[in-house]
Amino acid sequence: MAPLVVRLQAAPIDVEAETRLLSVGRGDVGAIVTFTGLCRDEKGTLSGLELEHYPGMAEAEITRIAEEAAGRWPLLGIVAIHRHGLVAPGEVIVLVAVASAHRQAAFAGAEFIMDFLKSRAPFWKKEHRSDGGEGQWVDAKESDEAALSRW
Amino acid sequence: MKIVYFAWLRERVGVPEEVVALPDGVRTVGEVITHLSGLGENYAYAFERPSVIRAALDRKHVPLDAPLGEARELALFPPMTGG
Repeated sequence: MAPLVVRLQAAPIDVEAETRLLSVGRGDVGAIVTFTGLCRDEKGTLSGLELEHYPGMAEAEITRIAEEAAGRWPLLGIVAIHRHGLVAPGEVIVLVAVASAHRQAAFAGAEFIMDFLKSRAPFWKKEHRSDGGEGQWVDAKESDEAALSRW
Repeated sequence: MKIVYFAWLRERVGVPEEVVALPDGVRTVGEVITHLSGLGENYAYAFERPSVIRAALDRKHVPLDAPLGEARELALFPPMTGG
């Protein structure tokens, strides 16, 4: 497999530039699936989300998940980038882009990585409220945990 | 042992990390949680529902019945909500 890029960053994610890395200068990539997860404002009640992470473990865990995906499908490259710190509504929280020769492996690889990232990568979201009130920590969804069993 | 906390667990305990002297006989992650629960009101509040706590030893996920072994760092945190 060629490029495996895993990165955490406080700055906004340039989805187009990061995705281009998967195909530039090569002719074997026939499919790139990108998933972007965005911050919602929940009907105007939120001014953003604060993303806390476990430095040292977050990157290692995403790398482990990406390598597992690369072992299961014939992937030609993976980019997984996750924001930390304060993220505003409409901004990208996470980008997962997966390249392969054909679409099936790219779709499956991207979905696998996102499913495991959601409940295994050590990140926690806290709401920032538009009215300035104390925000809540976002609860984990049982459906996210259940999503792992299909793999 | 060095213990690090995240998210609402960190807020309830009141510190992001600390070094805790563990009594003999505390050998698993779950036993650490039981020990911490008795250290004060903030700890009791933080660990009032032990079943929701997740743990990592030296930055690898482990179940609550995992032995501490030679691990240097224990992380305790709520279920993750990334992505």
